[in-house]
Amino acid sequence: MAGPDIKAPAYRTIPIIPALQPDSMAHLKCYVAKENIQEALGFKGKLSDNWQETHDAVIARMGELLKKYRSLRVFMDSCVHCGSCTDKCHNFIGTGDPKNMPVARQDLLRSVYRRYFTVAGKLFPALVGARDLTREVLDEWYNYFWQCTECRRCSVFCPYGIDTAEITMAARELLDFVGYGQKYSNEIIGKVHKIGNNLGLPGPALLDTLQGLEEDVKDETGFDVRFPLDVYGAEVLFVTPSADFFAEPHIESTIGYGKVFHAAGISWTMSTKASEAGNFGMFIGSYDQLRKVAMRVREAALELGVKRIVVGECGHAWRVAYAFWNTLTGIGAGAKDPFAIELQKQLDHRYKQPTHICEFTWDLIQQGRLKFDKEANDHRIITFHDSCNVARGSRMGDYAGGQFEIPRHVIRAVANNFHDMAPETIGEKTFCCGGGGGVLNDELIELRVKGALPRMEALQRVVDDHGVNFMALICAICKAQFSKVVPYYGFKSGMIGGVHQLVSTAIKLGNEQ
Amino acid sequence: MGFEVNGKTYETDEEGYLVNITDWDEAAGGELAKQEGIPMSESHWEVVNFLRDYYSEFQIAPAVRVLTKAIGKKLGPEKGNSQYLYELFPYGPAKQACKIAGLPKPTGCI
Repeated sequence: MAGPDIKAPAYRTIPIIPALQPDSMAHLKCYVAKENIQEALGFKGKLSDNWQETHDAVIARMGELLKKYRSLRVFMDSCVHCGSCTDKCHNFIGTGDPKNMPVARQDLLRSVYRRYFTVAGKLFPALVGARDLTREVLDEWYNYFWQCTECRRCSVFCPYGIDTAEITMAARELLDFVGYGQKYSNEIIGKVHKIGNNLGLPGPALLDTLQGLEEDVKDETGFDVRFPLDVYGAEVLFVTPSADFFAEPHIESTIGYGKVFHAAGISWTMSTKASEAGNFGMFIGSYDQLRKVAMRVREAALELGVKRIVVGECGHAWRVAYAFWNTLTGIGAGAKDPFAIELQKQLDHRYKQPTHICEFTWDLIQQGRLKFDKEANDHRIITFHDSCNVARGSRMGDYAGGQFEIPRHVIRAVANNFHDMAPETIGEKTFCCGGGGGVLNDELIELRVKGALPRMEALQRVVDDHGVNFMALICAICKAQFSKVVPYYGFKSGMIGGVHQLVSTAIKLGNEQ
Repeated sequence: MGFEVNGKTYETDEEGYLVNITDWDEAAGGELAKQEGIPMSESHWEVVNFLRDYYSEFQIAPAVRVLTKAIGKKLGPEKGNSQYLYELFPYGPAKQACKIAGLPKPTGCI
């Protein structure tokens, strides 16, 4: 295992653009998905032995994508190489590899686009930075488009508003199309279709785990907090990443969700069919997979007859739910097929559909329906890490910036000690945890450690200045990534946790309020 | 990829996990532990055997919390915590112990 040998880069004295280390990350490559994994998702099983066939398929598919997504063509054409994005990427800052500069990463694809889809590139390739698609180029795509976390921080600084993540997604879709998929993401999507969630947690195991949680909470608090599964007629369908049932510290937030529903007296259920909020279809840029994974939530909502859909602490799931569920599945409004229309009739539109768990909890707090013993969190000095897909891909509440304020409102309502990290590292300028977008695998641990550098620098400052000992999160990937990499920077894994873990600590369950 | 113990070959994937969980026997567990640099004691085997029993019932490795609780019930509350498990399996009980137990690697947002 490479993991334990990786050394974290030193903190930068002045956070400027790092010295270039060409090809320093060229050795890093994700495991390639096997044929059976690829074919289960409808992709080509493996790369053809005939290069020309692969070449032609990539170019043809690129042409289709350029037609299907007008945005992609605009993004291909509009970059002027101003360099504004270069030092905004955590993976470039942490590795110094120039191909991890967002502009250079995009140009791996853009150079091929120019060669085959622009007049100048067809006639004078060398003059306009256009190049032929070769096997080496395809391998380079595989290496470096799987070193992007699709966090979109660079897009915030792009004067043309190029959504760089969309370019990464297009490249990954092309790779999948010709049989060059990534094992980690595609295996996980396969498990969602086969078993119902990313982890491959079957119904009986989920039930056993939830019953265990009920016992634990009863032992700890004396209250019968329920964690219901597949209950027809519940008011709320709660959808959360499967890591929330399985991993530490995720499960502490799951206990918090249960306590919120209990204290508010709102009936709720989870679902074996929709036991996953995450949707890796977005990471691989596949519209079909995105939709197919999202559809499970709609089916569960229809089967269980729920009135509301609430989403747990998962960054990219919230982006998918907030931004795409409406047209993909009709949750919210949008899709026009008969099942979407049926779901529209079923859902209670006095509430936002879907609702983020932070919005849900904050609404209850404002209505005075939850009471807290804030001192129970006094041993914690807390900071909050904005997760990329919530910060830059969605919103909470009904006003701009609600996605930044509402989680912080919840934290301040349940705890006394809170300090934000430096303003250029939070909010819409938040730095990625280093593990998002489908790179949370063991073979990329070197990238994950190095890419965490700018977040760790900001964390170190609030640790030094305010004694922060807890970083609160609303994303399963962030929780897993930080738990794994903070020790490389001298912090303890135990300082990582969820916002609803804090809620769980302070919430009053009985009538003593 | 794979390895051989006592004349029997075991197929593994690129990360060293057994491809067929039914191939597993104690000899394979011992060899996988050696590759991980884990000196197997009775305590290690208790965890590995629990994982295998749980997997045969539920087709998935247990959640960390389920594992610590079960170990705590069996071996006493002072051992029912993840710190004890990390002492036994420094690279993480879920991943390292699963590998030695011949179970597939748990993946997802964990």
